[in-house]
Amino acid sequence: MENLIALLVAAPLVGAALLLCGGKRLDRTGHLIGTLFSVASFALGVVLFADMLGKGAGDRALHQQLFTWIPVGGFRADIAFQLDQLSMTFVLLITGVGSLIHIYSIGYMEHDERRRRFFGYLNLFLAAMLLLVLADNYLLLYAGWEGVGLASYLLIGFWQHKPSAATAAKKAFLVNRVGDMGLSIAIMLMFTTFGTFAFGPVFAATDRAGQGTLTALGLLLLLGACGKSAQVPLQSWLGDAMEGPTPVSALIHAATMVTAGVYLITRSGAIFNAAPTAQLAVVVVGAVTLLFGAIVGCAKDDIKKALAGSTMSQIGYMILAAGLGPIGYAFAIMHLVTHGFFKAGLFLGAGSVMHGMNDEVDMRRYGGLRKYMPVTFITFGLGYLAIIGFPGLSGFFSKDKIIEAAFARGGTEGWILGGAALLGAAITAFYMTRVMLMTFFGEKRWDPAEVHPHESPKVMTLPMIVLAFGSVFAGGLFSINEAFVKWLEPVTSFAHGHSPVSATTVTAATMVVLVIGVGIAWGMYGRKPVPALAPRGSLLTRAARRDLLQDDFNHVVFVRGGQELTGTLVQLDRSVVDGAVNGTAAAMGGLSGLLRQLQTGFVRSYAVQMLGGAAVLVAATLLMRGV
Amino acid sequence: MNPVYYLYLAALLFTIGAAGVLIRRNAIVVFMCIELMLNACNLAFVTFSRMHGNLDGQIIAFFTMVVAAAEVVVGLAIIVSIFRTRHTASVDDASLMKL
Repeated sequence: MENLIALLVAAPLVGAALLLCGGKRLDRTGHLIGTLFSVASFALGVVLFADMLGKGAGDRALHQQLFTWIPVGGFRADIAFQLDQLSMTFVLLITGVGSLIHIYSIGYMEHDERRRRFFGYLNLFLAAMLLLVLADNYLLLYAGWEGVGLASYLLIGFWQHKPSAATAAKKAFLVNRVGDMGLSIAIMLMFTTFGTFAFGPVFAATDRAGQGTLTALGLLLLLGACGKSAQVPLQSWLGDAMEGPTPVSALIHAATMVTAGVYLITRSGAIFNAAPTAQLAVVVVGAVTLLFGAIVGCAKDDIKKALAGSTMSQIGYMILAAGLGPIGYAFAIMHLVTHGFFKAGLFLGAGSVMHGMNDEVDMRRYGGLRKYMPVTFITFGLGYLAIIGFPGLSGFFSKDKIIEAAFARGGTEGWILGGAALLGAAITAFYMTRVMLMTFFGEKRWDPAEVHPHESPKVMTLPMIVLAFGSVFAGGLFSINEAFVKWLEPVTSFAHGHSPVSATTVTAATMVVLVIGVGIAWGMYGRKPVPALAPRGSLLTRAARRDLLQDDFNHVVFVRGGQELTGTLVQLDRSVVDGAVNGTAAAMGGLSGLLRQLQTGFVRSYAVQMLGGAAVLVAATLLMRGV
Repeated sequence: MNPVYYLYLAALLFTIGAAGVLIRRNAIVVFMCIELMLNACNLAFVTFSRMHGNLDGQIIAFFTMVVAAAEVVVGLAIIVSIFRTRHTASVDDASLMKL
């Protein structure tokens, strides 16, 4: 069975190679080939999953050594895969949701003349992400990590003829580089500390390393995770990444890319467990981001950007849970999976709405669409109920557990984190209700003469229906007998958190804030008509519309700061370094000019100099003798 | 007769020669003064040879004569050639080798 692991990665990789190298003759069948390879990978994943279920919990992990990649002296990097419960979860999510998005894209990208290339990039994205989650060492993980960065760059900038898309792609790539730097330094530090970067040996050796090293490792890994998962302070690329085609947004937000950071932290659990300071940084980042993303999501009128804010916020929940240690890892991954379902569903729904509305993204120009797009309305609505944590749906089970775990951290920290998570839940309820009301309810704010809203073709609605099923049932299924927690326990270990407030109280509190959030949104957007032009809004709203000034902050601090710094360095280079070099040269030149005066051309003056020199020599000789 | 007198004579001749080289401008005269200095040295060598009772100084004197003869040949040729092209034998006029 373990020999099949490499095929999981190979299938989409072959698909990508075929589509990207195949040329025009594959233009007509490219989308089918791409989808086929993606589905093949999913089918293989299901087979491996079934096989895994048949074994005892202890010996489910599979390992496949392909070949040694870089053997140099004491340095050894292997192409080796590890398929344990954690990787398996990701494989199923990536290939499953990925395949659905492939199918959806067949319809969504139907009229795009570069569709073959689009599917090639999608396959590449899947392959890179699978490599990331299947690697058994950090270096191979890093290869997948970079592959994901590349594929996201290609896909966000897929409509590269639009300058905004090209810029967004560059921005995503550059911001990700900052995080990648953290991960690469972490890997180097790992190698110098432990002499290896394979998962097993590193995690086994954590007790040998000093506290300082472990904290540094944890913080560097966190930096990497922040980049890929769009967490504060590296969150700024996510909103702009909406420039890509909508299926790409769904893929980035649900199955690949942003989940990589959560995977990295959960996978490196052994390191974080041994470094409490780094763990604290993780929960702080998570808590800050979950509020940050939620606030941004409240103010955006662009449906995709509102959803992007929500992704940031939900990933914040996962990072927060992952930072809580063994009481949170399983819930982080559980929320990741359920989020994968409903967020993919929401994005595909948003894409379906845009598809029917001539690619309009401004929600103020929507309204009353539920009659025109019933399937989209129902699937989007189920995703909406799931994300706000409506009782019984997926989001309820996973988010509730995270809030509970946050309280269970204990002490003042526990209260602050739990409070932040609860507040986040309220804001989530508010902005998602806002999206829902502005899009599907209320009056028509579009011109019936120009826009003819219609339901999308079956090839697009089918994946949405499947995802809606996931949004409804996944959380409940995972929670029967704590099935998901038990499934992951051998990898991530699990400890029951002891919350100062009982689980029932937390659930009740969640319900209360949910109702408050929905109620406020109803009061603002449901009870009275939504203006077609955005009102000026409060200071906070205006700041949130500008992504809470993240770009302004980056511009002032990093762009301007960087320019100032380089300006100073250039000045320093000119005055000090060049000054020293040029000064030496000028001094030599001046000295030579002076010495040149001796060269008069008169033989007799040379003769005097020779005579003088000879006299000095004789005098010196005599003097030396005398002494 | 005391050999030291020869040394005095040699010193005197050398000084005359050196002064001539430094003061005179005519290349021929400068040349002659150089010869004078060489021969002053020869005289000193021979005198020392006599004083120390060995032949080393005398041998060196022969070497000097050979070198001086060769030098005269080359030097006079250069002077004649300069005189032909520039119609002067003044050493100060031939001062082109400078920046």
